[in-house]
Amino acid sequence: MPDRWSYPPKRILVLGATSAIATAVMRQLVSPSVHFFLIARSREKLTAVAQDLLVRGALRVDMIVGDLNETNAHPQMLAVATSQLGAIDLALLAHGVLGDQVTAEQDYVAAEHILITNLLSPISLLTWLGNYCESQGRGTLAVISSVAGDRGRKSNYVYGSSKAGLDAFLSGLRNRCDRAGVQVLTIKPGFVATPMTAHIAKNRLFATPEQVACGILKAIRARRDVVYVPWFWRPIMIIIRAIPERIFKARDL
Amino acid sequence: MQTKTALPAPPVFESWGRYPRHRADVVPLYWMSDFPLSTQPEDAVPGSMLPVGMGRSYGDSCLLEGGTLLAARGLDRFIAFNPATGLLRSEAGVTLAEILDFAVPRGWFLPVTPGTKFVTIGGAIANDIHGKNHHVAGTFGCHVPRFELVRSNGQRYECTATENQSFYEATIGGLGLTGLITWAEVQLRPIVSRKIKQDSIKFTGLEEFFALSRESQHMEYTVAWIDCVSTGKNFARGIFMRGDHSEQPEELKPSAKPKLTMPVDLPAFLMNKATIGAFNSAYYAKQFAKRKAGPVDYEPFFYPLDSVLHWNRAYGKQGLLQFQNVMPWEPGEYQEGFTQLLKAITASGLGSFLAVIKIFGDVRSPGMMSFPAPGPMIALDFPVRGERSFDLTEKLADITAAYGGKMYPAKDARMAPRHFQQFYPQWQEFARYIDPAFSSAFWQRVTAVA
Repeated sequence: MPDRWSYPPKRILVLGATSAIATAVMRQLVSPSVHFFLIARSREKLTAVAQDLLVRGALRVDMIVGDLNETNAHPQMLAVATSQLGAIDLALLAHGVLGDQVTAEQDYVAAEHILITNLLSPISLLTWLGNYCESQGRGTLAVISSVAGDRGRKSNYVYGSSKAGLDAFLSGLRNRCDRAGVQVLTIKPGFVATPMTAHIAKNRLFATPEQVACGILKAIRARRDVVYVPWFWRPIMIIIRAIPERIFKARDL
Repeated sequence: MQTKTALPAPPVFESWGRYPRHRADVVPLYWMSDFPLSTQPEDAVPGSMLPVGMGRSYGDSCLLEGGTLLAARGLDRFIAFNPATGLLRSEAGVTLAEILDFAVPRGWFLPVTPGTKFVTIGGAIANDIHGKNHHVAGTFGCHVPRFELVRSNGQRYECTATENQSFYEATIGGLGLTGLITWAEVQLRPIVSRKIKQDSIKFTGLEEFFALSRESQHMEYTVAWIDCVSTGKNFARGIFMRGDHSEQPEELKPSAKPKLTMPVDLPAFLMNKATIGAFNSAYYAKQFAKRKAGPVDYEPFFYPLDSVLHWNRAYGKQGLLQFQNVMPWEPGEYQEGFTQLLKAITASGLGSFLAVIKIFGDVRSPGMMSFPAPGPMIALDFPVRGERSFDLTEKLADITAAYGGKMYPAKDARMAPRHFQQFYPQWQEFARYIDPAFSSAFWQRVTAVA
């Protein structure tokens, strides 16, 4: 199976393709032999991203404008995407919302919205894509989770629980699909300077989408399972997870 | 991950000289449709917004007190490229570095480049920047056939030399005041190699510099480093550098990323007369031979300082002042005004690490407020040392005014309104095209009523 673990990937599906991290990943992968299939909500933004990739030399860029919160539409979208691509070397799931914790604490509908976008929508997509990759016996499913999933904190536990659920799902999916030759990569970024965090004052812990993209590509290439990007979040989160709940619960975090 | 609890105040958006400082909100723009802002009231407060790019302007032309800076760096996508003609259309937050990374491996180069590649296309147009090839290629604006300008009322104008001509002319060199540039076309020039055939020649005295400039007119790039500290027989000594793109085809590899960064502010006292004098002598002595020739990569040729990110921190927390002007030619060989200027600088003892002189050519820019004009220009920086530095810049501005020259807004933090209005007599005509919601600390300063 010479081409089973081939890197770099050539047939790439990107969900939430207008996200800053997805854009940075795609720019690093673009080459005259790469065919992208992009899905996102805004036609205007998706067109801008597609044009950029074409100018940078992509072989082909196809797209579907669609709301990934509508899980009913997933099978058809993914069927179109895979038939255009012919196969999947890499599927990157990059859509997500930070949401507003304060609102979500008061209003279940707001919390539900965060859970739909960050957890249920990826589960629906990964159910389809997991089966697809398992049957093709190859491919990488790279999913952007977050360090926030490692421990619930009062400042963002709704977002955090959506990512924690996602982590558990990915762990199980990996356990199932690894034997079929499918890589399931859980990507755990810390603070990244993107439109999602535009309203937050930046500090030294913030990484650029380009740095995060480098970390993601290295992890895909090395066929890693879980990657913290930048790397220093792994020791930070080991410490945060190690704090006894008795102490943790009284802190402002 | 998100923190909603008491956030520290955002850092002040700094200009490259880090003097003066003003505080404004910064709203990042990521998509061309992000402006006008969704939170923007129908009638935005007059003079409350200013687009900014990489903040490489030295003074206060990229600053605003209060109000909102529209940080356009996130508009970083390419839109179209014609590999047959070299015409590139991109969003306005794309940097020259990104264009080079894209274009050089494809056999294309910037038509005009300043001494740093870390500026955005929008900033390059707004300041109508120039480079070492001004005498043959003119300014950056001469190579921008088309761009889109969006006004705060949502009106979009596609501007060329014939469509929306007034906005085209007012926006090139318009200091970001006429509206937001969302995208622009740049006409690139072909290359076959990364190399520049460089030739550097030591000179002493302005006469020798002028003679070298005349003799090198046919070459694409010319510039000279000049010692602004030495007096007597070493007065106006320097190294004249000239070059052309190599015509010998060679692999067009992309550039490496800069590795060095100035991690902290150096203490200001490190920039003193002794260190600056020593630096100037060492720089002059570095080249032992009268003349040195050979191919060099374009990176060190155009961007020697870009290899150290944040080099401005070498000037310490107080920051630095830049001065750049151009003087019109005086009849005869002797250029009295330019000589006086240089004498005033050496006499001040405030010196400069890197003073640069060049002869501007007569290629006309379409920009209404464009800075370059035919004649000798000088650009140099000083540490900010309170009144001593301000007295010097004022003296230099007076000499500039007395000899009919002008100063460069992108490099200025101190110009008096009377000087600006003399240098740019068309400023009131220009003001008619300013977006009512836009202003800058620079514009408020130089148009203030005395």
